[in-house]
Amino acid sequence: MTCVTTGFASPLCGYLLVAALLFAIGLAGALTRRNAILVLIGIELMLNAANLNLIAFWRYGPHPEALTGMMFAIFSIAVAAAEAAVGLGLVIAIYRHTNTTDLDKMNRMKG
Amino acid sequence: MNVTFYFIAVLTLAGGLAAILLKNLVHSVLALTVAFAGLALLFLSLDAQFVGFAQILVYIGAVAILIVFTILLTGGSGQPKDGVFSHTWSVGLVIAAGVFAVLGWAVLESVRAVPQQTAVPAVTVHDIGNALVGCYVLPLEIVALLLTAATIGAVIVAMHEKKGLK
Repeated sequence: MTCVTTGFASPLCGYLLVAALLFAIGLAGALTRRNAILVLIGIELMLNAANLNLIAFWRYGPHPEALTGMMFAIFSIAVAAAEAAVGLGLVIAIYRHTNTTDLDKMNRMKG
Repeated sequence: MNVTFYFIAVLTLAGGLAAILLKNLVHSVLALTVAFAGLALLFLSLDAQFVGFAQILVYIGAVAILIVFTILLTGGSGQPKDGVFSHTWSVGLVIAAGVFAVLGWAVLESVRAVPQQTAVPAVTVHDIGNALVGCYVLPLEIVALLLTAATIGAVIVAMHEKKGLK
């Protein structure tokens, strides 16, 4: 518990805790909301929390000049953008088919 | 840690919390934009300028707008009669709290063992570009292919169904 008692003397710890909290918020949103779009928003928040971890470790870890963490974060942002496009396209397609975005009502595979 | 970090962290977390708690979907996306902007500021405070500005461009510029378009195409921000939270919301909340407890415990217990480099890394955008077309050129090409495939796939998935096929 050194990190909290010393008032976040270690900066890495503060960033990691913020990322953990943001991940939990995103997970809670993805698991508790009924609307499919809100679930995608929760997933985006979780991806961003992971990116924050990667950048924090890149900044405070050894050998930042190797750029490994930063490259991982850049590719992760690109993959998240692709995921958002396909996910929102699926939401639109399901809405056309069933006239709802309520996940509790999407309980059949055949539509 | 200084005051700036606390301010940005509180801004980011408040944005994220508001995004999943607000009932109106359009308000949710506005709060999400605040959270993305806070994350970009956190990246800037971590001396990752390129990633910070990429975050603003990709998330605030593209993903948030895409989500707004989807909300307006799927019936706008009207609130459902039977509440915005799923009937199993308590289970989800417990799982999220458990995940946060495990993550927080792991961070607090292990951060002493992590080496703490405090010198500001001297990395320019020039270095990032060189790395992207040098040692990371294969992942870059794969991401380019993935983005093309995802764009085409999203358009095909969201295209109108033909009448009679339903």
